[in-house]
Amino acid sequence: MMEHVPISHVLIVTSAMFFIGVYGFLTRRNLVTMLIGVELMLNAVNINFVIFDRYLYPDQISGHFFALFIIAIAAAEAAVAIAIFINLYRNIRSIDVEEVDKMKY
Amino acid sequence: MSLNELMIMRHEWALVAVALILLIAEIGMNENRKQNIKLFACVLMTLVTVLGFLPADTGTVFGNMYVTDPLRILMKNILNVGVLIIFLQSFSWLKQPNYQDRITEFYLLMLSSLIGVSYMISSGHFLMFYLGLELTTIPIAALAAYEQFKSKSAEAGIKLILSSAFSSAILLFGISILFAASGNLYFNSYESSDSIINVLGFIFFFSGLAFKISIVPFHLWTADVYEGSPTSVTSYLSVISKGSAVFILVIVLTTLFRVIQPMWQEVLYATSILTMTIGNLFAIRQQNVKRFLAFSSIAQAGFIMLGIVGGTALGMATVIYFVLVYVFSNLAAFGVVQAVEQASGKVTVDDYNGLYKTNPKLSLVMMLALFSLAGIPPLAGFFGKFFLFTAVAESGFYVLLGVAVLNTVISLYYYLLVVKAMFINSSDTPVTAFTSDMAMRISLVVCSVGILVIGFYSPVFAYIKELCVGI
Repeated sequence: MMEHVPISHVLIVTSAMFFIGVYGFLTRRNLVTMLIGVELMLNAVNINFVIFDRYLYPDQISGHFFALFIIAIAAAEAAVAIAIFINLYRNIRSIDVEEVDKMKY
Repeated sequence: MSLNELMIMRHEWALVAVALILLIAEIGMNENRKQNIKLFACVLMTLVTVLGFLPADTGTVFGNMYVTDPLRILMKNILNVGVLIIFLQSFSWLKQPNYQDRITEFYLLMLSSLIGVSYMISSGHFLMFYLGLELTTIPIAALAAYEQFKSKSAEAGIKLILSSAFSSAILLFGISILFAASGNLYFNSYESSDSIINVLGFIFFFSGLAFKISIVPFHLWTADVYEGSPTSVTSYLSVISKGSAVFILVIVLTTLFRVIQPMWQEVLYATSILTMTIGNLFAIRQQNVKRFLAFSSIAQAGFIMLGIVGGTALGMATVIYFVLVYVFSNLAAFGVVQAVEQASGKVTVDDYNGLYKTNPKLSLVMMLALFSLAGIPPLAGFFGKFFLFTAVAESGFYVLLGVAVLNTVISLYYYLLVVKAMFINSSDTPVTAFTSDMAMRISLVVCSVGILVIGFYSPVFAYIKELCVGI
């Protein structure tokens, strides 16, 4: 059962997830995979909220609610982002981030 | 919920009502009369702005999730005026045939973003704050990519949405750590401590917010997004988004993180020096006017940090006052840029050569705006900077003050470069003489009056200072 898993184990997983997401965001060259990196970070945060609620403050549910709202907003964000990707693809026929360099100093 | 409680949220209700009315008007309106919706939107926005200034109750609703007090109402009113000016300036841009059937979208998205700003300013809980923040950014990313057939615009949209998604993920990680530290996310009853976990949460939280204010080293998206977006959206980003994020940073630092003040003072101290210096140095070498104003706005963010560093009530008052002045100065500058861009399609500094000979009034407004941004004495910008410097000196950060004064000198150099281009340089192909439409002229007059009057009319600062006493 859950009580046998110490909180530190879960935190290691979520921290690893978060920074894998950061790494993916910074190194990937495809815009959609960069978005996946961000989603990974957000999911790490979700697990964090739920875990803190479950282990540290079992008498309240504000963490669970926060996680639900994050899921909804992440979906909205992804929808807008992908719409803009499609628009870019129509313009330059590519979603490679290396091609998105019209503006530089 | 009683009527009184409804009235507490009147800013948000009014904005939601305007958005809905516009949506219905869009459905019912004849194709050929779509242009009228611009005038309609401006009239409604004026009503909302006036409504905001009427005295009304303050208090909390939804169990402390939503808070208003006179200071927050003032901030919302400042931003409402800013959006009204942006609406006026966007008239001629929206006239292009490409956007004929998408005019209402512009207003709807900008209004929903403004609703987000209002909720964010009024938030009394981290969840409300996060929802407001996202409602602020997501519509604006869609707006940045508004110019469907320009790849630069799509590029700006992508850079904005990805960097804002990334920064909100960082911010949320910070909030989750803060939640672990105290188990409570209400601003008013949050029990802060100087434990390691609280400091860690603060660092993540601050980094996320720093993205929105574009503080160095989190400023890399700014110049590209400002250049690629339509100019109206750029002015929104540089004034409204930034102003609201600064305001919420002030609130959070002085209430939640008061306990770790020595630590955030160091963080702000360093970032403020970096932001001012790097913003200024990069601004010097910009050729595109919008990029130039982008770096200038990064530098201005550094100056804003000066007021926050001390953590005093005077500092907070100067920050709000500076934002007020900045709204008018920056919108005047962007208004001129937009007028020139609409009339001739020219956007580089060299294109402004000889502008005074062909368009003297426009050049004068631009000069006023740039002088106010640089802080030249008779204008409001001078008083804004002067008060900021007073606040820093009062807190005893003399080295920081020295760096800030040096930076003011550097900024004067590049602002004067543009003024020199307009007034002294001659050009074989200057921007031809043109007349902007009525709305643009009204907005520029309002901005100029704001720049000239706010500095001299001292009750403005006295009022803001009075509101900040409690902080």
